[in-house]
Amino acid sequence: MATRVTTGILLDDRVRYSLTEVCRICGSKTEWVVELVELGVLEPSGDSRSQWQFAGDTVHIAMKAQRLQRDLGLNLAGVALALELLDEIETLRSRLRMLEP
Amino acid sequence: MRYKDYYKIMGVPRDASQDEIKKAYRRLARKYHPDVSKESDAEERFKDLGEAYSVLRDVEKRAAYDGLGSSWQSGQEFRPPPGWDESFNFDARNFDTGGPNAFSDFFESLFGGGMGTGFGDLRRQFGAHGEDQQAKVMIDIEDAYRGATKSITLRTQEMDSAGRVTPKERRLNVKIPKGVRQGQRIRLSGQGSPGIGEGKTGDLYLDVEFNPHPLYRVNGKDVYLDLPLTPWEAALGATIKIPTPDGHVDLRIPAGTTSGKRLRLRNRGLPGASPGDLYVVAKLTLPQANDDKAREIYRRMSDELPYNPRKQLEGH
Repeated sequence: MATRVTTGILLDDRVRYSLTEVCRICGSKTEWVVELVELGVLEPSGDSRSQWQFAGDTVHIAMKAQRLQRDLGLNLAGVALALELLDEIETLRSRLRMLEP
Repeated sequence: MRYKDYYKIMGVPRDASQDEIKKAYRRLARKYHPDVSKESDAEERFKDLGEAYSVLRDVEKRAAYDGLGSSWQSGQEFRPPPGWDESFNFDARNFDTGGPNAFSDFFESLFGGGMGTGFGDLRRQFGAHGEDQQAKVMIDIEDAYRGATKSITLRTQEMDSAGRVTPKERRLNVKIPKGVRQGQRIRLSGQGSPGIGEGKTGDLYLDVEFNPHPLYRVNGKDVYLDLPLTPWEAALGATIKIPTPDGHVDLRIPAGTTSGKRLRLRNRGLPGASPGDLYVVAKLTLPQANDDKAREIYRRMSDELPYNPRKQLEGH
């Protein structure tokens, strides 16, 4: 049986998305993404909205934000806090793994 | 199909007030949210919770559910009594299911499917984008060094023309790019759930996770290896052949290496535009003094080596 291999895009920091692309991929409104940028959850490079460039992991963060907001009834500031704390826990867990093999 | 005890799932008594149910939902949703919880069954529990809440939050559905009686046991074989819902009028359009096909057979036998009735027809009529799917792929550290092809199995649900939903398994061979890091994601556009009507197929997001490795630990792009050393190798220096995910290398251990010291092999961590480093962590091990020869050598060291490891403790 011939095996077909599917190749995807690795969402690392070499991938760049515009604001329009992030909105399309996440199925979200422009204003919602802009608010995430204002809260510092997403950190695009570029000075103005039209020049914003989002790194690949943005998509994952934005979708996670979407789920947390929808499922837990959080406002965006709460989502921002939750994401920050989850990130910190992940960093600590990873350091713990280094210390306790 | 099995009976589901929605009260048990939500951890509330059968006579709980609507307010108590709402509170319980909020608390458990935070606990079992798959983005928050690390428990392996979080996703399943969160789904059950959503289903339980969608029934108990709605006074009319709750009454219908209560009407089944309280003698059912969770997991008991269940068939809805004929005509049991005659006095209720459910409108599937009101469901906030967090996605189609999300609920159990038990739920659908009582309240209809999220897709099969009203809502589904509506979606089919106008067409809807297929959902984005998420899946996890486990790889070995070596795969990240060299790139690999992994086979994954996806559970999807297909809907026929009558709106019936059947579960289906789909296998996919996915290319894992060289240099991928723990927790990174691969986006496969058009590999998610099929769209409805004219709707576009959703995307598939693959979470890349590393299998635990008996030798290596990964932190970001850096890789760690514990290297056991004898006291004389550490004290006198040595050249030791060590394994790396990329093959063996000869590593020079400088004289006077102490336990816990990290030796850095530049650019031998995970590959990439800015490759990581490989850290070799020295672990000093002592030979046991379990025969005369060994005891004799330890005694001679004790007599002839002027060494006090506890200088710092003195005077305290």
